[in-house]
Amino acid sequence: MKDQGLWTWHVAAGVVILVFLGLHMGVMHLEAVLGLPFSPAGGHPIDWANVITRAKSAFFAVTYVVLLGAALFHGLYGARNILFELGPRPALKRAANGVFLVGGLALFVLGAWAAWATLVLARTS
Amino acid sequence: MLKARSRPNHLGLWGWLGGGRWGVERYLYSLHRVTGLGLLLYFVLHVMLTSSRALGQPSWEAAMGMVTGSWVFVVGEYLVFVAFAFHALNGVRLALVELGFAVGKPIEPVYPYRTSLDVQRPLAVGAMLLTALLVVVGGLDFFVWH
Repeated sequence: MKDQGLWTWHVAAGVVILVFLGLHMGVMHLEAVLGLPFSPAGGHPIDWANVITRAKSAFFAVTYVVLLGAALFHGLYGARNILFELGPRPALKRAANGVFLVGGLALFVLGAWAAWATLVLARTS
Repeated sequence: MLKARSRPNHLGLWGWLGGGRWGVERYLYSLHRVTGLGLLLYFVLHVMLTSSRALGQPSWEAAMGMVTGSWVFVVGEYLVFVAFAFHALNGVRLALVELGFAVGKPIEPVYPYRTSLDVQRPLAVGAMLLTALLVVVGGLDFFVWH
């Protein structure tokens, strides 16, 4: 895909991140201010009881995966742009493209598996 | 006779810090990149660490035990929140400018001249005020109300 198309996806991914990461930050870090009902067991949002309660929700599983994909693309494409602006040699550009692509896909598979496996774990336990 | 001087537009990393009589937007650009790289680094570690939840409660609690319990992690997490607030709101500003919503309409060049900066600067100020508000509210949640 040409860079203009990739840039459009970069901006679109930014909008997706704004919505879903905003929600994630609200749930995880502004719960005392916003009073969102996503930590029903009380205590800290990262307490296992709260984690497993959220994990039962298909909404959270799907939004985690969407956020994961959007954030990986947005972040890695942004880092690639910064690197390429420094004028590296073509061989380094090709290597960087490979690292970003393989690294991004590996992290996406890991994160998506974790979201799916936790959903299954939460619904069977 | 004047000698031609090369003025390359490629300033490299030093160009992030300075390089001319630039407006505040140029430094927002630099900060946008710094926060973006910081958030990316955090995000990669975050995905690897939080994936431990798929292996059950002991695995999750062991992973969280590595990154909680010290004020260093609380402060570090708050800095991630601050970087998020800045990057998000400055990103909204950049998207509005890029899509043409915040550059003003074309007008005839009549003195005193108006530039698109007359529209962009208030947007930048507004975005930074909102960032400051979010940083303060986040700080209260992290350190006072929590």
